[in-house]
This record gives sequence, structure tokens and C-alpha cells, in this order.
Amino acid sequence: MNIPVKLIWSFLSLAVVTIWGLTLNGIVHKIFARVQGRLGPPVWQPFIDIIKNNAKRTTVSHGIMFYLGPVFRIAGGIGTYMFIPVIFGSEIFSNFSMSGDLLLVMYFIFFGQLGMALGAGEGGHPYSAIGVSRGLAQMTAFEVPFALSVISLAIQYQSLDITQIVAAQQGGFLNWTLITNPLAVIAAMISMLGMNMYNPFSVVIAPQEIPIGPPTEYSSSFLGLLATNRGIFAGAKLILFMNLYFGGATNLFALLAKTFSIYMFSVFIGAAYPRFRTEDSIRFFLKVPTAIGILAVLLFSF
Amino acid sequence: MFEDKKDIQLQEPEQDQRPDWVKDSKTLTNSGLPDEERDWFCDARPTPAPKSNRIMEKFFNWARANSLWILAFGTGCGAIELRPLITARYDISRLGMQPRPTPRQASVFMIGGYVSIKTLKRIVRSYEQMQGPKFVVAVCSCAINGGMYWDSYNTIKRIDEYIPVDVYVTGCMPRPEAVLSGFTKLKELILAGKAEGQNLYAEKFDWYKANQKKIIHDWNMPDYNW
Repeated sequence: MNIPVKLIWSFLSLAVVTIWGLTLNGIVHKIFARVQGRLGPPVWQPFIDIIKNNAKRTTVSHGIMFYLGPVFRIAGGIGTYMFIPVIFGSEIFSNFSMSGDLLLVMYFIFFGQLGMALGAGEGGHPYSAIGVSRGLAQMTAFEVPFALSVISLAIQYQSLDITQIVAAQQGGFLNWTLITNPLAVIAAMISMLGMNMYNPFSVVIAPQEIPIGPPTEYSSSFLGLLATNRGIFAGAKLILFMNLYFGGATNLFALLAKTFSIYMFSVFIGAAYPRFRTEDSIRFFLKVPTAIGILAVLLFSF
Repeated sequence: MFEDKKDIQLQEPEQDQRPDWVKDSKTLTNSGLPDEERDWFCDARPTPAPKSNRIMEKFFNWARANSLWILAFGTGCGAIELRPLITARYDISRLGMQPRPTPRQASVFMIGGYVSIKTLKRIVRSYEQMQGPKFVVAVCSCAINGGMYWDSYNTIKRIDEYIPVDVYVTGCMPRPEAVLSGFTKLKELILAGKAEGQNLYAEKFDWYKANQKKIIHDWNMPDYNW
């Protein structure tokens, strides 16, 4: 398949994943509301919010970097997604997966947050700066167990190609990394809690504390862009985790079911726990999850 | 006689007749700021924002009405009515509403109670920082006519004279149901395309600014807080 045709298919599947990611966000709001004894917003509320934010008539920019912050963020989201094979065995849904794409994807997960940190910094609001410093510190912490888990996988499958890692897990759930390398999965799932930023690791946005963190100064279509990216990024991360640890998906239904279940892991924990303090959250990742990650690496090294 | 008045308004005012915040038709003086701070702030005068075409505007208004993000300005006792609205009993989130901590992202400005002169400055600042279309809901009788602070030396009587208000909720204090019905009324206004407070503020900017400056004497912020 040549590159232009591939691009068209990639953007079509990007639209599917965006809609799925935003729907998941809506479902999450509903679940949190039900846990708190409320009815909660309708599932399609994230879509209405995005339309409303983009329909605002005025917007304020504080400079070039401020303007580029959300652009980098969504570039990070799309970049993450573009290099992950979505459905195993489907040429249409394989995106731009290639050998070594796992490293590129891990870089892209970082990229958006760094761009956003620069942009939010130019907004000049103190809460933005606090949110950014918390976010970067926590990101550095949860990347450690995640990176260790990926290294363990690379040793186990002797590959950094996501398609090959998925291929090695085919043929029944006993071949999933979940069964063959449980320590790496535990370390990665704990670091996913930090990535999704629900409680107890919600120190970045931290409602009622530093009201909304980095995007404090962002308004109108900037906010619409950030909200769209939340859908894309959630979808891309979940597909990555599904590919690495839960055997990938061979059809769209399996994709939806698996990503939903993986997301619910962090949502249920988020609904049940209060928030960590920043220093506790960072220390948490660097203790037990890191130890589990090191064990997972050692186990496959010898 | 009415036409005469119109002619006077159309004439370019003389240099000494101009209000002290008007530099020219598009720029503000920001005279309240110290000289070294003037570079930090935008000095453009707000202009009415154009609407989309009729069909799109209708669709956008539907989205605006179903996604009201509230900036609650807890000036008085009315602010306490917002808490029960968020909790399980009344739960405004089922109507697509949610409290928002920053004026940049909010679309509804809820003023909860009496407004002292000191607070008015912050209200003006927050209101101007909100991105349009923006709506204002004034809760409690104090925001309507001063209420029990009618004769007070440091409380303003009608918030309507300083920022455009879309919906008033009467009562001292109103029940959460009353506040909720106020928001429902606001939704109706938005859907009908009648909640154009932002453009009204831009059109009658001089009138609003004159009223504000008459009350606020220590004006140490830009003339329009972008």
C-alpha cells in the first residue's frame, strides 16, 4: 500500500479512535457520577463541550509558544497513534508501524507533555507553572517502571516492533504477555495509573487544589484542541497497552472490548481512592513499581 | 428631538470631551496603570463579535446551552446555593453544567449575592477575561436592588449597570430550585439567540466603563482586561 492511501486510512481510523476515546471519557464521567450517587452528564457530553469551545467567538493568545502548546499536544497524540498498529493482521488499520516503532511511540508520549509545558509556561499563570512542574516530575517518575517493563518485553520478544510483539502473543490468551511476563504487566499497569492521571495520581490537574493546572489560561478553540487530544491520546495509549500486554486485537469488537476493560482498571481505582500528595506520588512510582520492573528485566536477562 | 440627539452621538467628540479611557476609536489609554506596566497589557478596545450564519448559529447556541460552564463568584451568601447544585440531590452535571475554576474557560458568570465596591473591581476583571459568548446570572436580591444593603456606603445596588446581566434569580436567599430554574431560563434565552451580553458590553462599552469608573476610584488595572 502506498503512502497517500495509507495516510487516508490512518486518518479514517484516527477519527474512529477519537470518537471512541471521547465516548470513553463520557462513560468515565458517568461512572464517577454514579459512584458519587449522581446521575452524571450524558455520555456524549465531551462532544458538546468540544463543539461549544470551538464555537466561542473570541480567544486570547499570550504568544507564539502559548499558541503552539496545544498544537504540540495534539501532534503528540496523533504521533503516538500513527505508529501503533491498531488491528493485528489488518493492512488498513496497521498505520505506520515499522521496526523500532515502540521507541518512537514512547518518545511521542513524552513529546506532547513537553510542548504543553512550554506553552502553559508562557501563559504566565502561577497555577500553570505549579501544574507543569508537578506533571513533569510525575511523568519522569512513572516513565521509570514503564520503561523497565518495555525493556523486559524487548528482551522477552527480542524485538522493538509492536507488530512483532503482537504477533508473538497470538494463539489464545495463554500467549499474552499478561501470562508470560506478569511482572512487566504489573509494573506497566501501575505506571498507566499515573499516565491516565485519575486519582490517586491526579496531582497535575488537581481540582480544588490548583484548580485546573497547566491549561488555566487556555480558552476557546485551544481548549477544544486539548479536549480532542484527550480522546485521541486516551485511545492511542489504550491501544498501545492492549498491543503490548493483552495480545492485541484481530477485529474492531475485540479492540473496543479490550481497551474499555483496560481503561476501567484505572477508572475504578480512581473512583475509589483519594489523591496522593505530589511527593508521595513520585516516591510511590520509584519504590515498588520500579522494583517490580527491575525484577521483570532481570528475569528475562538470564 | 430624538434625531438631534443621534446627530450629537455621531459627531467625533472633542479632545477634552473624550472619556479618559479613550485614546482613539480602537485603542484605550490604560491610564490607571503605572507607565512601566503599560507595555504588559493589551490596549485594544473590545468590538462586537460577529455571529455565524443563521443555521450554524442555531447549532452553536444549542451546544452553548447544553454545555454551561459556571464561574461562580462567591460574593455573598448566594454562593452557598451552588454547592447543593453540584451534589447528588440536584446534580447540575446531568444538564451538562459544571463549575469551572478559571474565567478563561467559563461561559456563565454567576454572581452570588451583594457586591461591594472592592468586589466589583474583581467582578469586572473576571467578566472581561471570560471568552465570549458569555452570560451572567445574578443570584439573590442584593445583586438586583441592593437588598438589605440598599443604603450601604460600600455596596452597589444594581449589578446591571456595571456588566450586562442575562438572568436574575430573586430571593433572600433563593432555594437551589430557584437557581436551577434561573439556569433553565438562561438556556431558553441562549437557544432563542437572545443572550448577547458580550456584544452589548462591547457596543455600550463607554457607558459601562463610565459607570464602573464612577464607583471604582483606585483603578489600577487595564481599561479592558483581555
